Amino acid sequence: MFLNPTKNREKAGIRKYSALWTGILVAIILIVVFVRFDLFERLENGVNWFVFGLLNLPADSHLASALEFFLYDSIKILFLVFVIVFLMGIVNSYFPVDRVKNYLSRNKLYGFEYLMASLFGTVTPFCSCSSVPLFIGFVSGGIPLGVTFSFLITSPLVNEVAIGLFVGLFGLKTTLIYVISGVLLGTVSGIILQTLKLEKYLSPWVKDILSKAQHEQEVFQLEKQSFKERLPVIWQEAAKIIKGILPYVLIGIAIGGLMHGYIPQGFFEKYIGKDNPFAVPIAVILAVPMYSNASGILPVIQVLVSKGIPLGTAIAFMMGVVGLSFPEAMLLKKIMSWKLIAIFFGTVSLCIIISGYLFNFIL
Amino acid sequence: MEIKILGTGCPNCKTLENRVRRVVTQNNIDARIIKVEDIMDIMSYNIMATPGLVVNEKVMTKGRVPSEREIHELLTL
Repeated sequence: MFLNPTKNREKAGIRKYSALWTGILVAIILIVVFVRFDLFERLENGVNWFVFGLLNLPADSHLASALEFFLYDSIKILFLVFVIVFLMGIVNSYFPVDRVKNYLSRNKLYGFEYLMASLFGTVTPFCSCSSVPLFIGFVSGGIPLGVTFSFLITSPLVNEVAIGLFVGLFGLKTTLIYVISGVLLGTVSGIILQTLKLEKYLSPWVKDILSKAQHEQEVFQLEKQSFKERLPVIWQEAAKIIKGILPYVLIGIAIGGLMHGYIPQGFFEKYIGKDNPFAVPIAVILAVPMYSNASGILPVIQVLVSKGIPLGTAIAFMMGVVGLSFPEAMLLKKIMSWKLIAIFFGTVSLCIIISGYLFNFIL
Repeated sequence: MEIKILGTGCPNCKTLENRVRRVVTQNNIDARIIKVEDIMDIMSYNIMATPGLVVNEKVMTKGRVPSEREIHELLTL
């Protein structure tokens, strides 16, 4: 075989990029179709017709408005979550965590490594049971502790399910604010944690790994697979995620629907208004022990916001729920001392509280 | 053949273990299945996401739960 190697590589490169572009194109087409044909408005009309026309419920009853809210919201939200999870799946297929680690380990980024780690964290799906292997993998690749923390903070905070739910419940603008602040929060917390020089609080065997850490030299080679070959796997993963969160989302929306119909407008303003200085810290402290049911909690939060809870307080609560959790602390115990876990959780909580105040101030 | 399932005990790891056991019994594959739960042992396979499926000390999949068909293919290579 006397194939010209440069030509071969070019061919592979073109295929790789064309696949990524196909994904982006599909996303753009989807968005255009949605805006152009007002699909959500049609959905709302359809739900309206079902509730008032077919079931013939009286127009001003609580039951009707709760049912309408439930049907419309669950269809819309599940659809949006699926689209976002699927798109993120495409991105992740080309940027698996091994590639991220390789990139951060190989390149000198002159201070931008925290931001890069945080950005990479947004596209990597996160499972708290993977946090320990991730941590060790990063550290053994010579990636600084603070940068590893940046990744570890943003990865659960800005994940595909949360983004999908946010778009469906709060709209694009709020989602964008959430994503950007999540990325910044990871970046800033990582920088703070790095300056604290926390290596001494790691478990002995992790310190051992740290001392043998080596920067990777070789460029990560992505498995050569066409977009067509990847698609079924991405699709299956997305379907699995949706299946997993389905009951939580439905229960969350059902509770939200009931509250929506029965709690009077502006009910919470009296108690947890913007001028209550303790609202944000209390929300975060309540949120941290809660775990992983972001898909169930977010629909309820949306209703709370519509009934007068400030958005900043609500976002801070949300970040506390998805960003930090007790089970994660238990897992991290295997690689670090309680003191380090406390410092880690404390720093992130503090940053969340500050961003909560900031939101309430800006929005 | 020696099959190892790497995982600290998360739901995905248990799903993988169940699937592997089912594939092995259904197809009468002669294999020893070992569940590796110790994080230090898991890390010696240099994986960054659990669960991991190891066949004869070679990492076949990591960070996802393959379907039973895929597991069957991986075991009968």
